[in-house]
Amino acid sequence: MAEATIEHDAVQHAAPGAYEAPLFGAYSKKVGMWLFLASDSLTFGALLFAFSYNRIYTNPWPTPFHAESIANATIMTACLLSSSLTMVLAVFAAQRGDRPWMRNWLLATMVFGTAFIVLHAMEWSKLINEGLILSGFQSILGVSQTATSGELADISKNIPQFPQAFFGLTAMHMLHVTIGVIYLGVIAFRKWFLPALAVIWIAGAFMIPSGNVFHYPVHALGIGLLVAAVIVLLKPKDYDAHDVEVCGLYWHFVDLVWMFIFPLVYLMSTKVS
Amino acid sequence: MHDTATHDTKGQYFWVWAALLVLTAIEVVLGYRQVFSPVRMLEVLLLLSVIKSALIIGYFMHLKFETALMRWLLVLSVVTCFFIMYFFFFPDAERIRHLGVQ
Repeated sequence: MAEATIEHDAVQHAAPGAYEAPLFGAYSKKVGMWLFLASDSLTFGALLFAFSYNRIYTNPWPTPFHAESIANATIMTACLLSSSLTMVLAVFAAQRGDRPWMRNWLLATMVFGTAFIVLHAMEWSKLINEGLILSGFQSILGVSQTATSGELADISKNIPQFPQAFFGLTAMHMLHVTIGVIYLGVIAFRKWFLPALAVIWIAGAFMIPSGNVFHYPVHALGIGLLVAAVIVLLKPKDYDAHDVEVCGLYWHFVDLVWMFIFPLVYLMSTKVS
Repeated sequence: MHDTATHDTKGQYFWVWAALLVLTAIEVVLGYRQVFSPVRMLEVLLLLSVIKSALIIGYFMHLKFETALMRWLLVLSVVTCFFIMYFFFFPDAERIRHLGVQ
């Protein structure tokens, strides 16, 4: 009667047993990030739909981007694509346990991401100086240096959908890139990233003049510093290859969105001389 | 985590990166030279963007090496979005122009 005493695997207690494989065959952090990216893609999808809709029904749609704007945007695209490559190399380094090279590749990714943000901010400042503006820039952000006549000023007055779509889309994307760079910094350097971020925030707050569109938005870095400090100080941990891979998913998503923004916003609005 | 040793190598990612740069250069040339009419240009640029996205999602985001269920779920969602955009939103935007709404 030995069979009567043999228990089925499913009812054995306090013994290691087989567990059901996850539905998507991936660890929960990765599935969670994919779900977040699916929701974020709906946000960008809605913005891109709105942009495309505006673009089609507004006739004529402005085409103010000269060769230097397109060259700048192309360099920005190359920066993001290269950052995706360095992110993949960081994931490889993390998976083989090479922490110094994981940090190096993450730092390279951050450098490319920061270059993208700086080039984009410079382009925004140039366009605003030349007259491309939203009314909220002056009333809320205190932007003062903007041309009142010229091609871009005329576009702002007569076809406000253009600056609304342009600034709306690119601001949302720039915010995501900034959050991504902070995320990379936390994964690569953990609590040692906090003083560096604080220095950048304070430097930005003092160096960006009051008439510039980024004078107040730079304080988003302060919010990022607060969130990063809460995460790093309340839950200190050694980030492993899974964490780097999940961070990589977010970073590649940011690159992916730019693959749609660049042709729709810039290339469809080029000025051919 | 999937077994990286068996199906992807570093060299593959350099090729994908190079392909993405080449596709970007093609987009810039087509866009700056205004090779096609606006509607055709939009379709071509969207197609190139979808190809670039597929490369990024498949290789950089490793979806090619994930389970079939995850792949199909994401691909079907994206295809549905594009379907709605192309067959409902764009024709509606075109229709508004001819209604005379400014």
